[in-house]
Formats: sequence, structure tokens, C-alpha cells
Amino acid sequence: MKYAFFPGCVSRGACPELMQSLTAVAEHIGMELELMETASCTGAGVISERNQKLADALNARNFALAEQTGLPLMNICSTCQGVMSGVNERLKARPEYLAEINEMLAEEGLSYSGKAEPRNFMWVLVEDFGLENLRKLVKRPLSELNVAPFYGCYISRPTDVLGYHDFPQRGVYLEMIIEACGATPVDYSGKKKCCGFPIITMNRENSLTMAGNHVGEATEKGADFMVTPCPLCHLNLDAQQPDAARVVKTPLNLPILHLSQLIGMALGIDDKDLGLNRHVVSTNPVRERVHALPLA
Amino acid sequence: MRFTLNVRRYDPEAESPAPYWREYTVDVPENATVLDCLIYVREYVDGTLAVRCSCRSAICGSCMMRVNGQARLACATKAKDMQEAGEAITVEPGGNMPVLKDLIVDMDVFWNKIRQVKPWLEPVQPAPEREYLVPNETILDLTVAMNCVMCGACVSDCTSLEVDKNFIGPAALAKAYRFVDDPRDEARQERLEELSDYGGVYDCTHCFFCVEVCPKDVAPLERIVEIRERAQSAGVENNAGTRHAKAFEGIIRDSGILDEPMLLLKSIGMNPVEQMKNVPGGVRLLRAGKLPLASGPFHHKIPGHGNVKRLFEKVEATQEA
Repeated sequence: MKYAFFPGCVSRGACPELMQSLTAVAEHIGMELELMETASCTGAGVISERNQKLADALNARNFALAEQTGLPLMNICSTCQGVMSGVNERLKARPEYLAEINEMLAEEGLSYSGKAEPRNFMWVLVEDFGLENLRKLVKRPLSELNVAPFYGCYISRPTDVLGYHDFPQRGVYLEMIIEACGATPVDYSGKKKCCGFPIITMNRENSLTMAGNHVGEATEKGADFMVTPCPLCHLNLDAQQPDAARVVKTPLNLPILHLSQLIGMALGIDDKDLGLNRHVVSTNPVRERVHALPLA
Repeated sequence: MRFTLNVRRYDPEAESPAPYWREYTVDVPENATVLDCLIYVREYVDGTLAVRCSCRSAICGSCMMRVNGQARLACATKAKDMQEAGEAITVEPGGNMPVLKDLIVDMDVFWNKIRQVKPWLEPVQPAPEREYLVPNETILDLTVAMNCVMCGACVSDCTSLEVDKNFIGPAALAKAYRFVDDPRDEARQERLEELSDYGGVYDCTHCFFCVEVCPKDVAPLERIVEIRERAQSAGVENNAGTRHAKAFEGIIRDSGILDEPMLLLKSIGMNPVEQMKNVPGGVRLLRAGKLPLASGPFHHKIPGHGNVKRLFEKVEATQEA
């Protein structure tokens, strides 16, 4: 099980704990990762509003770099997944357009065949590794813990572009993983809504209201913490949580974990290898609860 | 075939009006739509149920409601596709609009937003002696937005509208695109400026709900992104959205990877009050060891970032040619 690993920007920027925990979990479950160091940002749906062709070319370059390794492409960000899937669909549908972009990639010795299938870590974990295998490796089932899933928009919609037709359970993978880790998923209306991150610099009030509403609702429904496969959602839900609390006028103190951190805790990986100390909202209450749980 | 529907009811004329749920089981043909089931309920089970519908052919847009939590045209939704094992089909009125009764919402919110974008042509003057000529590809492009049946599904499930009623919203912005890109329209620049203002295209979060629920593939978000592109190309730049996009593009061009602190600073621009609002957040990130400063004071570029820069130049060169 080896992948061309597309790290995205945030795991190498404001969420170093994501890279840290993903690396630890991958090693633990025998997943080999070949880091795509020279891959660029996907454009995150922002570059496309200035120049769609440019965004398409950047992603075609990344797909070509993955193809050079001969490995399937894995990313660790909902937003990267959404952008990659959208661009890939456009390139596959228009061979003449792909050929034009390939001409521009030729100087770097790259060419994209149109056959890449970029997939998020969450999808790879369920579809390739398998939840049965994950369950077998769980050292400390997270029983008694209630976990609120938060997907991120780009990995939830549009479902036709994201392969939900072939994999209809992609819409419940987070809940399935939470259960495989021994915890109980919390159902609430905000789990597939927007975290507010994309408009934090354009409309701070709206952005923080969204984050505050989701964290508040999950807390009200009894969540001990929230888990997300999207580092951008993580930034708005964790790092902005104190400001979001002020905007929605509700005290909030809900730890927000990356998906790899949730899995790492269940696998019994050391907290410091999961970067659980690198959060704005302290993860201490969760860690204490987890350490009090019996080993399987 | 038997279907069970859990319908959200509301009667404003009740003694103490409050929403409540009522379950109905209907026996209808296997290929019945959710609307067929509701009409059956109204005709044979409970005549007090209020449902709005007309064409039953997914053309009039009247029967938009939430089925299993998502906005849909009830007449274009098969009940058997919605019925999950052992679960009732949940039916609710559309969101983001006031409920008048049961499944009927007040569409004034929707129509007021459509009117806000001046959904009529401001013809280019002087008028040609004969007809205005429009290239075929332009009309084909506009047809996507013109396919809207005004059902309000996108408005119902819009996450920005949920927190801010001032947002123009996906349906009206898709309608606005139809005029922005019509070469017969003289008010393009004025439209782009208005649409880039507070409540306009930059308040959209890219949540894709409008794309997912639109029954006519109008894909309002894609139209919103196109308006942003048209506005930025037309020099409508004095707004946070454009600053954000320009800064983002510039950072990726130079280093291939995002520099979050720099993006934040450049997006907000020379506004000390707004900049100050982000200071506490920055301090929190630093204290948590989350900023790249932890691995050195300068932003790290990806190896071979020159290749990314050259790709930018090549794409731009083909577009200029």
C-alpha cells in the first residue's frame, strides 16, 4: 500500500500537527507515502476565479508528477480533493484541452494521461485499507466518547463529481471511521455545512457565525470533540473558536481533531507524535478521557 | 407500494402556532413521486395539508421542498429513491424562507433578491437599425443560467443566506450573470461593481449546496465564480475578495505553496481596524506552535518553484495570444 502523497499547503503551514499525525498513522498501519515535494497548491478554488486555465494547468502538473511515480495519488485535505476532482473531470472530458495543457507541461518533462484518480486519505483508508483491518489494529477503543463528524464542503459536494455514484457510502465514511475507532458519532445538522473559512477575510462576521453555530450545535448534541478531514475547516473551527464564541454569544470549548489524530489515538500512538499539543482549543480533556480508557 | 412520510406541519391559524411532525402511510404505485404521495395524503387522508404544486413536470418550480433534508422538486423525486429501509421519508418546507403553512414558503424573499439584480436588459445605445447581433456561443453560455425555473432550491439550502439575509443569494446571482455576459447589455460595469459589493459574490462560501440541489443544472456557484472573474478582469478590485484572490495567485506564482500569514495581511489590505481584529488569532496560532514561524521566520518555497512560475507565464502567454 504505497501512495504518491500530496500534502497540500496547510499541513506544511498552519497545521503542522496534521502532517505529524498522518505520518505517524501511515507508518503504524503500513502505508508508504512518497511525498510530492515539488507539487504546487491546487489553487483551492481561488485561482480559478482569476484564471480557470491556470488552475487546471497547476493541477494537471500535479497529476503528471504523481503519474511519474507510478503510484496512486492521495491527498489529506477536503478542499484539495474537491478541486482535484473538479479539474480532473474537466480535463478528462476535453482531450483537446488536456493536450493543450500538456504542451505547456512538456518543458518540465511532464505529461498527464488523464487517468489519475486523486483520493483523500479518508477514502483511501476505507476503500483500500479497510475498516476491518483498522478495527484489528485498534489498541484503545474510544468507547464512551461522542465524536461530531465535520466533513468540509469540497469533499461532500457536488456528489456526481466526487464519485459518490460509485461509492455511495462516501457520505458516511467519517461516521464509519469513528465507529471503527470505538467511539459514537454525533448526528447534527451542521456536519456537512460550510465552516466559514473561505470568507474569513471577506466577511468575518458571517464566517465566525458559521463556525460558532456548528461547534455550538455539536456541543449541545453531546460531542466530546469534533473530527474533520479538512485542515481549512480545522483552522476556522479550532483557531477561530474563541472569536466565533464571541460572535455567536455562546461559550464554546470543543476540541477539534484532524482525522489522523482520531485514528492515532485509537491506535495507541503517543500524543506528542500526533501533535495533540498544537491546538488552540486544548485537547487535554479528550486526552485525559482517552488515557483513562482500558486497552483492548 | 406503501410509503411512510414524516411531514413537518405548521398552521399559523392554530391556537398556539408551532411546527410539529405528522406521519402518514400511503399506498400508491411504485413509481409515485413524493408529490404524488403528498397529493394522496391531501385528497384521501388529511385535507388540511397545504402543498403548493402546479405542472407536476419539473417545469414550474412550485413544489420545491426539503425531502430527506435536501431541497428538491417533489414532482421530480421518486418516493422509492427516498425511502431507506425502515425509515420514513422526511418532508419539510424549503429553508431560508418564512413558512406560510405546512410545506408552503413565502417566496417574497426569493423574488425580492431577483429584483435586486435588475433582471432586465439595459440595451446598448444607440440601438442598431435592425436586430442586435449576438454570437451563438454567447447565447449557449447564457442558456445555462436561463434554464432556472425559479424553484428556490438553491436559496433554500444556501449556507451563506442561513447566517446573513443580506446575501443576494445563488438564484439571483446566477440571474445576474445572465445579464453581465449578455453583449446587448450596457450596464455591465455598473452591475459588476454592485455585485462585488457587500452581500454580493464575495459573500458566497463555495459550499456547493446550490450546485448539488439545482434540478436544472444551473450550477449557481459556477456562475458566481464567473462573475468574480469578469469583475476582476474589468478592474473592479477595491474589495476584500479581489485582494484575497490576487494575493493568493501572487503567492502561488512565486513559491508554489501558500503563505497563510502573508495571505491574511494582503487580503485585508491597508485597514488597521480590520488588521487588528486578526492579531489575537495570530497570537493564538503562534502560542499553539501552529504558524510556520515555528520552523523558521521565512516562508518556505517548494523545491523547483521556478517551474510553477514558468507554467503561470506560459498559460498567460497563450491567453494573451
